[in-house]
Amino acid sequence: MAAEAHAIDALGQFKLTTALGPIGASVNFTQSNLMMVISGLLILGLMVLGARPQAVVPGRLQALAEMAYEGIRKMCIEQIGEEGKAFFPFVFTLFMFVLIGNLLGLLPFSFTYTSHIAVTLTLALTVIVLVTIVALKIHGLHFFSYFFPPGAPVLLAPIIVPVEIISYLSRPVSLSIRLFANMVAGHVMFEVFASFILMMAASHALGSFGVVGAVGPMALNVALMGFELLVAFLQAYVFAILTCIYLHDAVHLH
Amino acid sequence: MDENKGGGGSFEDRLETARRKQGLLPAEGPKKSGPLDKSLGIGLRVGVELVSALVVAVAIGWWLDGWLHTRPFLLILFVLLGGAAGIANIWRLVKPKD
Repeated sequence: MAAEAHAIDALGQFKLTTALGPIGASVNFTQSNLMMVISGLLILGLMVLGARPQAVVPGRLQALAEMAYEGIRKMCIEQIGEEGKAFFPFVFTLFMFVLIGNLLGLLPFSFTYTSHIAVTLTLALTVIVLVTIVALKIHGLHFFSYFFPPGAPVLLAPIIVPVEIISYLSRPVSLSIRLFANMVAGHVMFEVFASFILMMAASHALGSFGVVGAVGPMALNVALMGFELLVAFLQAYVFAILTCIYLHDAVHLH
Repeated sequence: MDENKGGGGSFEDRLETARRKQGLLPAEGPKKSGPLDKSLGIGLRVGVELVSALVVAVAIGWWLDGWLHTRPFLLILFVLLGGAAGIANIWRLVKPKD
């Protein structure tokens, strides 16, 4: 972190280091991987412990687990249709993995694995490959009619077909860049304002006024934390709902 | 008081008329705007949708140019197609549900 004044190291926080001591170092187990394992365990713990009481009036943990489960299930059925039930486990896993990853990243001393394009692009490519396989499986070669909407004049095919193909290929790009960019931007802003706090408080020119002035960036960071909590949830939600929309296109074509 | 005694309606109905009299119900206009997170989600998507189509198109154009030794003509063509694809993406995002 940028502890010294006059230097803002906003991107250093995204650097990968190995975790778990010498064993982790020898197999290149990074802190990003560690956070993924932690988030996996947290999700598993939430669902297992949340489902255990089976109370009619749910407690806090059970209510959280049920809210997540039913919310995503409803989204799948609304967006995809009745066939959506088959894809619910996939969408739910994706949503929870992104959501917990975003939220864990907001804790001090942690790491946001969704701030790496390698991670988000992998998730997005998984989605797009699955969507294409589903579409090919259901519709066979008829799937390729997706690139030429029915009723369009045949004369325009040389323009429409490339545009539709580019549009289709842009899906994983937009899916991954959106999540990655939002996470990076948020954390860079945290770092920059946090550096301002230290710079003002340590400034000789400002003297004791600097300590009072440091309250400004501090307040900004507090407000930013609230905003980032919203973004963390929203980006996971957008990722999941876009997966559903793409699956809808795959199942129904057009 | 007359409305309250009007009977007939269930408790829910009477509660609603009372609320409407007090102006506690939101105006019943065309309720098109979704919840906040829905419109925010769309707002966050628009910019990326436009740019990502262009990114993909430029990549394809650049690669085809290198392969067919036609630099820079296919790149120019694909930039135009990518822009069109970006607009198509956004149209798909905002078009009214049929």
